[in-house]
Amino acid sequence: MIRLTTPITEAQARQLKVGDEVLLNGKVVLSRDMGHKYMKEHKPEWLKPILEGIVIYHCGPVVKKNEDGTWSFVAAGPTTSIREEPYQADVIDTYQVRGVIGKGGMGKKTSEGLVKTGAVYLHATGGAGSLLAAQVKRVVDVHMLEEFGSPEAFWVIEVEDFPVVVTMDSHGGSLHEAVLATAQERAKALMEK
Amino acid sequence: MAECTIPNMTTADVVESKSVLPAGFKADMANLKGLDLTTPVLELIRRTSTRMPQDIIDALVKGRDAEEEGSRAFNTLNDMVKNILLADGHVTPLCQDTGTVLFWVRHPYGVSQKAVKAQVREAVKEATKKVWLRPNCVESLSGKNSGNNMDPFHEGHPILHFEEWDKPEIEISLMLKGGGCENVGAQYRLPDVTIGAGRDIKGVRKAIIDAVVKAQGQGCSPGILGVAIGGDRVSGYEHSKEQILRKLGVPNPDPKMDAFEKEIVADLNTLGIGPMGYGGNTTVLGVHMEEMYRHPASFYVSISYMCWSSRRRTMTISSMGEVSFD
Repeated sequence: MIRLTTPITEAQARQLKVGDEVLLNGKVVLSRDMGHKYMKEHKPEWLKPILEGIVIYHCGPVVKKNEDGTWSFVAAGPTTSIREEPYQADVIDTYQVRGVIGKGGMGKKTSEGLVKTGAVYLHATGGAGSLLAAQVKRVVDVHMLEEFGSPEAFWVIEVEDFPVVVTMDSHGGSLHEAVLATAQERAKALMEK
Repeated sequence: MAECTIPNMTTADVVESKSVLPAGFKADMANLKGLDLTTPVLELIRRTSTRMPQDIIDALVKGRDAEEEGSRAFNTLNDMVKNILLADGHVTPLCQDTGTVLFWVRHPYGVSQKAVKAQVREAVKEATKKVWLRPNCVESLSGKNSGNNMDPFHEGHPILHFEEWDKPEIEISLMLKGGGCENVGAQYRLPDVTIGAGRDIKGVRKAIIDAVVKAQGQGCSPGILGVAIGGDRVSGYEHSKEQILRKLGVPNPDPKMDAFEKEIVADLNTLGIGPMGYGGNTTVLGVHMEEMYRHPASFYVSISYMCWSSRRRTMTISSMGEVSFD
């Protein structure tokens, strides 16, 4: 088990390999469909200091506003990452992001982006909304809440020992590609049966 | 190594004590015109969003125990069980994606569908305020979130299916179906040359295998598949979704389909996709099939994929007004 705290350096990201189990600590920024389209198309400058060396989390949380005006995460598991495939590599490069947390893995373009910039794809257990929300220690800030709505806003959170697995690394490795190849092979045999 | 979590859920009396229904609540079934189901439906949403059905828990535990202890597949399934216990204990949503909200209402003659629809909509708004549901209804092109799970113009969400039946009770089933698993659903038009699927049971089998391979872990495997053979494009998908309401382990009433279901589950679990697509022996928890009639020219295989977090529950309101949940 590897413990990592954001911000992460390029060298730290490049040390990680497919299969590594990581407990992530520090600041993480949530972004999904609307955020990724916005980042690729508008490249907003204001996000640069927020994202540099940080990990993006593909997640649309269930949030609760507390009486003192602060926010809490009630459920916060990953959403399917492949929808960000057209944007992810550019976002990683523009903002020098060192990791992306999501589920289901991503494609070739992202894989090449991870190699180029020096970043990793971190897989979290989909559907484990309660389990993962328990590792969110604090909601630090939120951006574009009004424009995007709560599932799509840029939530800045602090996590503690957030459990993830490296399934795509900066060396071109991808667990998802390997599992897909096995499944396709097996499917061929099953269909001939 | 992760410890093996034992799935002890809160007991029925604890669940009862957290209910939004007042103790001894009875719906006024003697006065169908004045019937108000808002609070019972709110309780149905609470239980569906926060408590996993027992048959799903049993299947996840069975899957976990069949994986090698300490493997990623084992640990992932164990985390799923842990998550179920946390959500149950805290009365918080099992998953942040509380999904598309789908209701099936079966009712006797005399119940106003218009009134029930309005009450269901109120209950959904209230459940969103109580954060048992995430606001999941956005205008398609602008992406603007309505904030309360309502489609304000066409009342397209929440989705309601109504059926009048001969029984005296009202039965309302609810399914919360996440977007990730909805996205990996598929409809095949046989024959399909790309996968070599003809218009027979072998072709249906190929379509199902192809859909599961394409879905990988993206629908949050291990999934539960609802499959409808036949119908038109709309009714096929509709029936495939209804199949997910059936409990795991309840045999298909059609013995031919029942045998096919068992065989295809065993086959799919050799694909090696495993929980969340990490690899492993547990790729699906079940496949539920329905054979429908079809137009001679059309042969659709409609597949709805439900994530492992299969949130569904049925509420029955007896002719005496007593409310029960299953």
